[in-house]
Amino acid sequence: MSMIECNDVSIRYITGDLQAIGLKEYVMRKLTNRYHVKEFWADRHITFAIERGDMLGIIGSNGAGKSTLLKAITGIMVPTGGTVTVHGKIAALLELSSGFDPQMTVRENAYLRGAMLGYTREFMDAKYDEIIAFAELEDFQDYKFKQLSSGMKSRLAFSIACLVDPDILILDEVLSVGDGAFRKKSGERMTEILQSGKTGILVSHSVNQIRELSSKVLWLDHGNQVAFTDEVDLYCDAYEEFLQTKKLPKTHDDIERLAEGFAKRTAAERKKKADATAKRLQKIIEKGEADEAVMAAVRILRKSKPEILVENYQELLG
Amino acid sequence: MGSTIRRVVNTFKERSFLFEQLVKRDFEKRYKGTILGMAWSILSPLLQLFVMMLVFSQLFGRNVDHYVIYLFAGNINMSYFKEATKNGMRSLNANANIITKINVPKYLFLLSSEIQALVNFGLTILVFFFFCIVDHVTFTPKMILLVYPLACLTIMNIGIGMILSALFVFFRDTAYFYDIFLTLLNYLSAIFYTLDRFPPSAERYFLLNPVYVIIKYWRVVVLNATIPSLHYHLLVAFYALFFLAIGCFMYKKYNHQFLYYF
Repeated sequence: MSMIECNDVSIRYITGDLQAIGLKEYVMRKLTNRYHVKEFWADRHITFAIERGDMLGIIGSNGAGKSTLLKAITGIMVPTGGTVTVHGKIAALLELSSGFDPQMTVRENAYLRGAMLGYTREFMDAKYDEIIAFAELEDFQDYKFKQLSSGMKSRLAFSIACLVDPDILILDEVLSVGDGAFRKKSGERMTEILQSGKTGILVSHSVNQIRELSSKVLWLDHGNQVAFTDEVDLYCDAYEEFLQTKKLPKTHDDIERLAEGFAKRTAAERKKKADATAKRLQKIIEKGEADEAVMAAVRILRKSKPEILVENYQELLG
Repeated sequence: MGSTIRRVVNTFKERSFLFEQLVKRDFEKRYKGTILGMAWSILSPLLQLFVMMLVFSQLFGRNVDHYVIYLFAGNINMSYFKEATKNGMRSLNANANIITKINVPKYLFLLSSEIQALVNFGLTILVFFFFCIVDHVTFTPKMILLVYPLACLTIMNIGIGMILSALFVFFRDTAYFYDIFLTLLNYLSAIFYTLDRFPPSAERYFLLNPVYVIIKYWRVVVLNATIPSLHYHLLVAFYALFFLAIGCFMYKKYNHQFLYYF
């Protein structure tokens, strides 16, 4: 049984109706026959299914419909067309620090958020200390939420949602919260959760994160589904190349071409970098004053680009 | 219908912790930054009553026994109605940032704001009975019946709160209209005047006003120490269920559309 199944999901927003333009505009436009409601499809015909233990990475540039799709999955929105079936309890982190009350203390907010995610009082009592410890907010428990830094706020939100015990975890751009140390910790925590057989959905602009954590990838573009696949590396390569070329792939061949292009481009970039380093080392050898520096440079070059040494510095090799 | 109710009850059980947290939050928010805090719940109706007494006792109160109690019974019920429906109206919008991010039953926010108004009302009722003692109103066991209009008014407030909050999501104009409507209602509910000066046939029109119906129930029980007729009880229940039904219908119908209008 699939944990999450989206079947031909479409979501439409309507703009320019009576509420949006006001009575005066409405009457004016009606009279002049210019009244049109604009439709905007945030998602169109999205179909995929993920199993227990899968981590789905959703990629796509801004406005691709990622967050809207997540809202349909979490049940906040009802799709205009198609169906979403979810088996299990979801903990969703959508735009982390919203939904907290700035006037209340960290402790109160933690309980409130826990309650919203559907946990019981006993559960929160038992887990509270752990949550605060993970968020590293021990000294701030009785501070008002608004007095926290934005990093602290997202740390708290992340801790509450993932220290507790959801079947399905949905993360919208949340792994990039906090400083380096916390990011590492949260990444580890995520991997841990996934290895325990949980299911997850991850939205991130960092393709590397997707590569690292995901077992499947859903690629959206302007509300349309470009691909749903488990060839994570291939499609991530293609996606990164797409971000450069802006040419949307249509067939699997296109994907491979894009991935190839990406491989070529990164290889070229790597070569360029290596050349630049070699040049710098060469400079040290030529102008180097301290013997140690020169020796070090030679040692590095011997490993990375021995041909430079062979060509230019025969005498040093001996 | 039965299964819907069972579902609502079940979700409510599951969400009782959330509900408790929401009520707590609303209370803390309400008295935030006031020096007197909860005391305002008692002070505010008292001061209102005082003002009304100054203005109206000489004008309308000369021929009425226990005019203060008469006035007070009208005023606390009206205040409760106003507060509960006005808070209810904004309950969805005030929590828009939660509703758009987390999947929670929306009526919880409304109920939480209703609870707050209800607790407030409870406090003013205590003050009311204190005044009854001071004014030498005879206490009778019949007063227990006041639970009935209280329950009905609460149900009605929830219903009207649902209607208003749904309308308010779609049209913010609702707040302005409703303010004007409340002013009108305030004058039409015989809070500070009696119906003596109207022809007896006029009472029919007053009974079209649910708040008046509730207020009259209180006065009949407290001041006349009589129990209203069965018909009267049915009328009170009818108003409560009528508005609740419309409210539930609107929530059911528009539940998934609110989101697009925050």
